Amino acid sequence: MANAKPLATLRSATGIPTGRLAVWWVLASEVVIFGGLLGTYIMHRLGHPEWAEAASHTQTWIGAINTFVLLTSSFTAVLAHQAAEKGNGKEAAKLLGFTILGALTFLVIKSFEWANEISHGYTITANTFWSFYYTAAGLHALHVIAGAIIMGVVAVDAYRGRELHRVELIGIYWHFVDVVWIFLFPLLYIAK
Amino acid sequence: MADTAVDVHHDHHGHDDHHHGPTGILKYIWSTDHKIIAMQYLFTGMLMAIIGGYMAYVFRMQLAFPGISVPGFGQVSPGEYNALITNHGSIMIFWVAMPVLIAAFGNYLIPLMIGADDMVFPRINRLSFQVFFLSVIVLMASLFVEGGGFGGAWTSYPPLSAVAEYNQTNLGSSLWLIAVALEFVAFLLGGINFITTLMNSRAPGMKAYDIPLVAWMIVIASILFMLSVGPLVAGAVMLLFDQTLGTGFYDPARGGDPILWQHLFWFFGHPEVYVVLLPAIGITVDVIATFARKKIFGYKMVLYTAVATGVLSFFVWAHHQFIAGIDPRMANVFTVTTLLISVPIAEMCFVIIATLYGGSIRLTTPMLWALAFMAEFLIGGVTGIFLGASGADIYFHDTYFVLAHFHYTFFPIAIIGSFCAFTYWFPKMFGRMMNDTLGKIHFWGTIIPFNFIFIPLFVLGMGGQHRRIYNFQHFPELATPEMFQLRQIATISLLIMIAFQLVFFYNMITSWIRGEKAGKNPWQANTLEWTTESPPPHGNWPLDRMPVVYRGPYEYGHPDREEDYWPQDEPA
Repeated sequence: MANAKPLATLRSATGIPTGRLAVWWVLASEVVIFGGLLGTYIMHRLGHPEWAEAASHTQTWIGAINTFVLLTSSFTAVLAHQAAEKGNGKEAAKLLGFTILGALTFLVIKSFEWANEISHGYTITANTFWSFYYTAAGLHALHVIAGAIIMGVVAVDAYRGRELHRVELIGIYWHFVDVVWIFLFPLLYIAK
Repeated sequence: MADTAVDVHHDHHGHDDHHHGPTGILKYIWSTDHKIIAMQYLFTGMLMAIIGGYMAYVFRMQLAFPGISVPGFGQVSPGEYNALITNHGSIMIFWVAMPVLIAAFGNYLIPLMIGADDMVFPRINRLSFQVFFLSVIVLMASLFVEGGGFGGAWTSYPPLSAVAEYNQTNLGSSLWLIAVALEFVAFLLGGINFITTLMNSRAPGMKAYDIPLVAWMIVIASILFMLSVGPLVAGAVMLLFDQTLGTGFYDPARGGDPILWQHLFWFFGHPEVYVVLLPAIGITVDVIATFARKKIFGYKMVLYTAVATGVLSFFVWAHHQFIAGIDPRMANVFTVTTLLISVPIAEMCFVIIATLYGGSIRLTTPMLWALAFMAEFLIGGVTGIFLGASGADIYFHDTYFVLAHFHYTFFPIAIIGSFCAFTYWFPKMFGRMMNDTLGKIHFWGTIIPFNFIFIPLFVLGMGGQHRRIYNFQHFPELATPEMFQLRQIATISLLIMIAFQLVFFYNMITSWIRGEKAGKNPWQANTLEWTTESPPPHGNWPLDRMPVVYRGPYEYGHPDREEDYWPQDEPA
């Protein structure tokens, strides 16, 4: 596998490893996607003070628990990076496993939360606040799912001692997913 | 993994062996080689250009001769007319200009010009084309579903695009939106690959100012695309939810805002103009330096003004909305930024003119295309001044003046720029020279009718002819014989231009089969792609002879040398 990589992948004219450079560019493109969506939401929210009523039906404590879960999963991602730096692939894979577990916990909590809200009639079409609520959190949840799947692939490789540098790359992405949630939590839950 | 296996002996033959057994074809479909992927983008783009051109032919016939049965289509119904203009616009921008100028030439040229053997992520590169191809299939499918293709114009303004009762193309509009979104994904994947490749994989010795300008331009364009498309991706998700789930993001009655889409769309849409313009300028600059046998007058000037254009292009979008009810004070601000952006573009034009001055100009076919690009784009740019000024735009908005203006920019970019690049790099891509006489016949047969199509449309626009009207006979003041005469001049010129494209395809195919062998460097150019075989083998250079760079890309006519060119990889 390793010798099939083109020379281009192995060069580093900037001194930054190619994979890390690419992940940062991916994040730049993600920032504008979420930036556009959240910017739009904020503009609308300022123009519609009456949305506070709809927002008061969100469950802040569930959001808080999910914030805690995601932050913890980011912490294990950092530990996994540290283990990978030391060349300990098995340890890194185990820690990434904890991060995946965090992602799954987040999604399970979110499912119950949404099921509860939908059963109370707060669906995506209830009003435009709820439309933004489901669209923004749903887009974020998609990133959580994608991250968990990629992390699974990276963890399997790391367990076999291969491509250990990818542990850092998926970690960078995971922190980004975390940071997006840090923006979503106050905007969708705390601001009543 | 079989798909990453290096397959050196096979690729020597270039593309003549498409006709091998299934394994041979699979090898091309599953190739990760940047040159093969470039060809996939190039020929898909060419095919889409034929489809887009065919659409233009059908609706131009309807406009000039309302109600006739168009040969090869039949009678055009109002719904079909809307679908044709919508998809003509979408195809020409998203499925012709982008894949040919950025993806095809970016893929082909960036690794060769910086002395690398491939892109940094060859498999992501292949994935990018596959997603793009999927978007083509979805778009084509959208034309044949119940209700027909989407007919809400390529700008897709809600509520027309959001509500099925209004656009009457329930499935078509959703499929159109999905196709556009997939196309964005393809170009994000490709763009990140381009940017990272240029940053990290340059040959030893190649510093930032030794990179050929066309490679720079494609990468700057990729960055612009990446930073501008995000809000539209979010906006497209909202529009899709409005269409399919019944949300009200763009419905003012439910707390939404239809102008929001216009902001999100044009925040992307205007940088997009420069996303396709910059590669075309890069191609022109490279070709002009080669055939003027002169160093680029201001390499850094072109580079810096490209960056300046890119930055400014994020602050001009609302000039598309002067009559959409935006605050007049905002309109003033956007008038100023819009007029400002002509300054860096004008500087690039001056650099090109100064490069030509005193050069030993060789009027080859690619050089003619490059000069035509400059001349025609200038008309497009100058007429843009009328539209950028909000006072004048209120009268010109949504008339054929606007239409003629942006065709004078997009046609030079997407068609002239592509032909310029194609005729210039054809010897490298296929190892054979194109026929110069046929090339020049095709050139004049395209340029002259082009002007005869769009100059009448400027006149019609000033006469008050509104865009997006199916049949002008329904409007007595637009149905005068003089106006119909102008419309017929435009349509007949289009027919002539389309006929001359046959010369191009004939030239391409015969040159490909039995053109004169090109050799490594037929144009005596400096950049690295001319130092390897034509067509380049898999890996571009032998592994032990990867190029090393000693100087900039435009060292032509150096006084101390016998030859008038000085390849970048020649030791001093």
